[in-house]
Amino acid sequence: MIYWYGFSGICKRELLRFWSQKSRFFSALVRPLLWLIVFAAGFRAALGIAIIEPYETYINYEEYILPGLCAMVLLFNGMQSSLSMVYDREMGSMKVLLVSPLPRGFLLLSKVVAVALISLLQASAFLLFAWLYGIEAPLTGYLCALPAMLLTAMMLNTLGLIIGAWVRQLENFAGVMNFVIFPMFFMSSALYPLWKMQEASQWLYLICSYNPFTFGTELIRFALYGEFSALAFWVVTLSTLLFSVMAIASFKPERRF
Amino acid sequence: MYLQSLQKLCLIALLLPGLSWAGQVYVSNEKDDTVSVIDLDSLEVVDTWLVGDRPRGIILSKDQKYLYICASESDTIQILDRATGQIVGELPSGEDPEQFILHPNGDWLYAANEDDALLTVIDIPGRKVITQIDVGLEPEGVGISPDGNTLIVTSETSNMAHWIDTRTNENIHNSLVDARPRDAKFTADGKQLWVSAEIGGTVSVFDANSREEIKKIHFSPKGVHADKVQPVGIRLTENGKYAFVALGPSNHVAIVDQQTLEVLDYLLVGRRVWQITMTPDEKMLFTTNGVSGDVSVIDVDRLKVIKSIKVGRFPWGVAIADE
Repeated sequence: MIYWYGFSGICKRELLRFWSQKSRFFSALVRPLLWLIVFAAGFRAALGIAIIEPYETYINYEEYILPGLCAMVLLFNGMQSSLSMVYDREMGSMKVLLVSPLPRGFLLLSKVVAVALISLLQASAFLLFAWLYGIEAPLTGYLCALPAMLLTAMMLNTLGLIIGAWVRQLENFAGVMNFVIFPMFFMSSALYPLWKMQEASQWLYLICSYNPFTFGTELIRFALYGEFSALAFWVVTLSTLLFSVMAIASFKPERRF
Repeated sequence: MYLQSLQKLCLIALLLPGLSWAGQVYVSNEKDDTVSVIDLDSLEVVDTWLVGDRPRGIILSKDQKYLYICASESDTIQILDRATGQIVGELPSGEDPEQFILHPNGDWLYAANEDDALLTVIDIPGRKVITQIDVGLEPEGVGISPDGNTLIVTSETSNMAHWIDTRTNENIHNSLVDARPRDAKFTADGKQLWVSAEIGGTVSVFDANSREEIKKIHFSPKGVHADKVQPVGIRLTENGKYAFVALGPSNHVAIVDQQTLEVLDYLLVGRRVWQITMTPDEKMLFTTNGVSGDVSVIDVDRLKVIKSIKVGRFPWGVAIADE
């Protein structure tokens, strides 16, 4: 019961924070929509030359980029939650959280789940707008994509927690953008299929192939078409577990939060 | 016991593709000298048959028992038995037959002989040439009116659609169209004729009675250079709703409203989409994509491409049997 109390408290706090920052919701929506409507428009016919799994036929670039942009929404939200932790620490509310009698690991994982649920809300809203714009997936695909997006969001949030534990000041978030978000997003299968990367550079291809964000994107991509990618699922699950352990270890009391 | 035997019999029937009479799609592969057989239910290639050199035009006999295949470089039209996948005969075709069409009576074939500027009229039961008609240079597409009285041949170099009266086998009119006309199709009510022009990038729609052009349709799929828009195969739904036009190297199929003659949308398919054919129930449309070596399947109700199926090298023509 006390665990549920703690978990629901953290969820409510995150939800309240999200509700009070409506501009954050709109910016989280505008960013991928700009990519979809403006960036992807120029590359519309760029991919109509090969069929890759899970697609059964040739697709336009807008359709290809859709799962990657969903993952981008999850990535930005996950990293923004790490930014909010830095804020919590500066304002002292982190101490209030960590002095609760519940285990530190539970508190942190509750936060991970709470942020993941909000990420899911944002990604679903993006999918709705993309659908209205005419980029559609099968109806069952949307249902399958929900757990895939939740799992990917948890992986990215646990990574955000690790970063949040090490970033000392709010100003350092620009560094997070440049050294975590952008490389993770660009060096993945979100924008281009891996075979295209391989055409350009073998090194780039190898980096992209080992980027956990690639597997998160592919998990969502397969799920959106009602398919299950076992490899992507296991990589995302094991990465989530690994990042969780590392995040909990990063939040040691002696590091003075 | 009886149920088990019945189940086994059903299984055997399913495993023997030659015995199965479910709907099948036949695709002629120009470079492989083969015909790929696709099952209409599973949308998978279930068999590949070896045929003559450079198979291109492919159509079904009226009773759907046989396939007629233009083996262009063998200078013949082959007759293939669908039940066995074996060539059972040949029809005299003149040199280098590419496209042909069956008269609604099921007995006469009209084949365009590109190199000789001729149209050959073939009697199928007698397996003989009835006559050869002089037409423009490099005849290509052939279309026939639903009543079978008017035949159209397009000539690539003359840029013309020749109107031929099938009762007299005489050329009765010539209509000028844009550069390199490729295909000609009548609407199901026989009131309009649609002719595609590959280099011109247009489809001309004619009034079949007055033989006057009603409209010229232009195409501009998003993000595709105008040079790549090269209309080839045309298919018109019998309910008078849609027309589908294969746009060659633009890798798109255009959907046109048959009533307003306006382009509604473009669907992305494989590379260099060439010929298109619809299932008899008009639920699915199959396109042959020459360069990518596959066939794209379009759901006609949803107007969506649902699958692309790998076949042989350079698929050219497609015929569909519903039983």
